[in-house]
Amino acid sequence: MHELGITQEIVEIVIARAGGARIARIVLEVGKLSAVLPDAIRFCFDLCSEGTSAEGAVLEILEPPGRVRCRGCAVEFSLDRPFGRCVCGGTDLDWLGGEELSIKAMELA
Amino acid sequence: MCKDSAATAAPPVRTIHLDHPILDKNARLAERNRGWLEARRIVAFNLLSSPGSGKTTLLERTIRDLGRELSIHVIEGDQATDNDARRIEAAGAPAVQINTGAGCHLDASMVSKALQTLDPKPGSVVFVENVGNLVCPAMFDLGEAEKVLVCSVTEGEDKPLKYPHMFRACTVLLLNKIDLLPYVAFEVDRFIDNALLVNPALEVFLVSASRGDGLGGWYDRIRRLAVPDSASRWGEVESSRESPP
Repeated sequence: MHELGITQEIVEIVIARAGGARIARIVLEVGKLSAVLPDAIRFCFDLCSEGTSAEGAVLEILEPPGRVRCRGCAVEFSLDRPFGRCVCGGTDLDWLGGEELSIKAMELA
Repeated sequence: MCKDSAATAAPPVRTIHLDHPILDKNARLAERNRGWLEARRIVAFNLLSSPGSGKTTLLERTIRDLGRELSIHVIEGDQATDNDARRIEAAGAPAVQINTGAGCHLDASMVSKALQTLDPKPGSVVFVENVGNLVCPAMFDLGEAEKVLVCSVTEGEDKPLKYPHMFRACTVLLLNKIDLLPYVAFEVDRFIDNALLVNPALEVFLVSASRGDGLGGWYDRIRRLAVPDSASRWGEVESSRESPP
């Protein structure tokens, strides 16, 4: 359940940046291959934000898909799990997208 | 009319673009640990596994076998008890126990504090035995030189496919308890194929920490990082894919 610690981190970061203003909305980017579950973040958010300036904020979670390039033949393809096999048989892959884990933006009321 | 339209107008909203990596704080602390260790030529290994794979037994054996040539220190992570730290000290290495309580992984800040307490001398080797968990610890850099994954033949061959993030995060894989292979239905080749599908760069060693099989390759790996200038003293590094006995 690393999402609890991660959500605490999110709340700490936005509160510090909001400088006391009430936070109406938070936009997160959580890649499909990031090992973090958006639903678990949503579940933890109410708990972690209670009594803070982020309480009641709308959480918008963008989930960029997994995207890789084969190091053997340079073909690019999509992945929905953190490993895969290229059509050429190669499994040595460069990750182009899907590992994002960041706070993109927030809106202050 | 005028009053109504004012009431329904959207309140002023200020958007702040952050682009802030969520694990940024841990990453920065981990880099600080890394610099602290490198300045003292200390090499740190982060040992990861599910509970019961034999990490502590592996460390006890490693301390007994290498303790005379290397200065070894251990940071033990568990949710509760100091049992493992006591086992490590009995094997002959200074140890610090971190209890994470409800926490499911060690983070860079905990390791930083433990390093201050341990105060390993320059040139030492530090093993960090993480909380037994194949999920959460994969995400948290501690400042280690290598992440070492320990699995055992009493687990399933499909562990790499079930916990791919962990297999992907590590550079070394020790398959432990190979002395039990005659008694369990475990296909070593299938397990290794699955592990290399998830992470083709993994260096794999088949070992028995309790009986001592196959540990030469693991020890050479430690020596190579711990004393890089004297690698030739220890001869060639053993094959990374040894056959079971």
